[in-house]
Amino acid sequence: MKIQIGAERCQGHGRCYDRAPGLFGADDEGYGKVLGDGVVPPGKERDARLAAANCPERAIDLLEED
Amino acid sequence: MAADDRFTEDFRNSREEEVIGTISEAVTGPVSDWTTDFSHLEPEWSADPYPIQDDLRQRCPIAHTERFGGAWLPTRYEDVAAIAYDTERFSSRSIILSNFRPPRELAPIGGSPPISSDPPFHHDARKLLLPAFTKAEIAKQEPATRAFCHSLIDTFQGQDVVDAAGDYAQHIPIRVIADMLGFPPEDGPQFRVFVEDLLEGINLPPEERIERVSRLFDYLVAQVHDHIDNPREDLTTYLINAELYGQKLAPDHVVGTMALLLIAGIDTTWSAIGASLWHLAKNPEDRRRLVAEPGLLPTAIEEFLRAYAPVTMARLVKEDMHWHGVDMKADDWILLSFPAANRDPAQFDRAGEVVLDREVNRHAAFGLGIHRCVGSHLARMELRVALEVWLTRIPEFTLTDPAAVTWAAGQIRGPRALPLRIR
Repeated sequence: MKIQIGAERCQGHGRCYDRAPGLFGADDEGYGKVLGDGVVPPGKERDARLAAANCPERAIDLLEED
Repeated sequence: MAADDRFTEDFRNSREEEVIGTISEAVTGPVSDWTTDFSHLEPEWSADPYPIQDDLRQRCPIAHTERFGGAWLPTRYEDVAAIAYDTERFSSRSIILSNFRPPRELAPIGGSPPISSDPPFHHDARKLLLPAFTKAEIAKQEPATRAFCHSLIDTFQGQDVVDAAGDYAQHIPIRVIADMLGFPPEDGPQFRVFVEDLLEGINLPPEERIERVSRLFDYLVAQVHDHIDNPREDLTTYLINAELYGQKLAPDHVVGTMALLLIAGIDTTWSAIGASLWHLAKNPEDRRRLVAEPGLLPTAIEEFLRAYAPVTMARLVKEDMHWHGVDMKADDWILLSFPAANRDPAQFDRAGEVVLDREVNRHAAFGLGIHRCVGSHLARMELRVALEVWLTRIPEFTLTDPAAVTWAAGQIRGPRALPLRIR
């Protein structure tokens, strides 16, 4: 699974980095950013899904690999 | 170095000349029909707006009133979100619904940027503030906030009943924002009056409202002068020195933003802290669970913010249009109720219940779109610390008299008197 943030939708609520600080961080203005290359480490899929499900702006995309 | 002459008498005079707009006749008194005559200023609404909103959402999802010169009230999440995102058709040049509409020429800056600003100016004015309000920057305020919360509870010694709204919740955001702006902490009691002047008393005669607003601006200009003479590390000095488009900010931008930071941070967070304590006082099973499981607090806070969202905003319709089934006219108000959106069953399971461990909670308490509350990280820190300290120090508390609880009237809703028995 991979995560990405739609920068044009993110408004800096910070729900992702509150909820899943291992996967998301904040830039200098508080907008969310994906840490590393966005590949979700094994076992962290649930955190990624919850971060996406709690984003008020629906700015987080989950790319499921099959 | 040349003296900063932006904040002279001339600036005050030009500001007063700008106060030309449209004034509607104040209509007060009991609401005859919530679908055609709503008013968020009547006691029935402030006491408990949720049944009214739930009923409207089913029967008439975009209600209307002739009061305030014409206003609309959408109660579905979908409509509230659509308006929040549509800055092309809905202006923020006034975000407090009243009988006074500022002139269109006030856009896109508005009286208190960036909350009152429309694109494209909004983005640049907001960018000036964002770095000071990131989660990391706000974390620096946490130790002092925690110590202050403890000091408030220390004053309860020997009392069986305290007013959790007036003696606790109120003081926390006032102290924190005064520190951030660099205002004297002993001025706190005046800030409460400024908040009431701006956000309540909406139906007072216009001259009286202008008089009240000018009290706030007199105070802020005095603070600006003090900061020009004695610059320090705070938001006031930052705004005085800040630049936009290669120039220092216009004086009314500086003062308008200071007004925003002072007012917007106070009764909003005060309301959120108070409403959370009110809920826990009424629901001992939730109170006991949070005391036993402090790790649940961040999730529970999001649920309190959803269920008791304190803030409703306003917009002005830009042009006549048919919108989602109703005929809106230019300059009609929109009462943009994030609290109503947050209780829409189409968006939330068990929307009317407080579910402390609600895992998926895409609430809109801090707004949606470009005007997301700039102080949301500050509000969350204050709310979390206030509840952590209270629950640690006072794990057992009850409502002494539910009928003695009073709620603020207007767009910011929360308890203003909350007597709790604490031993």
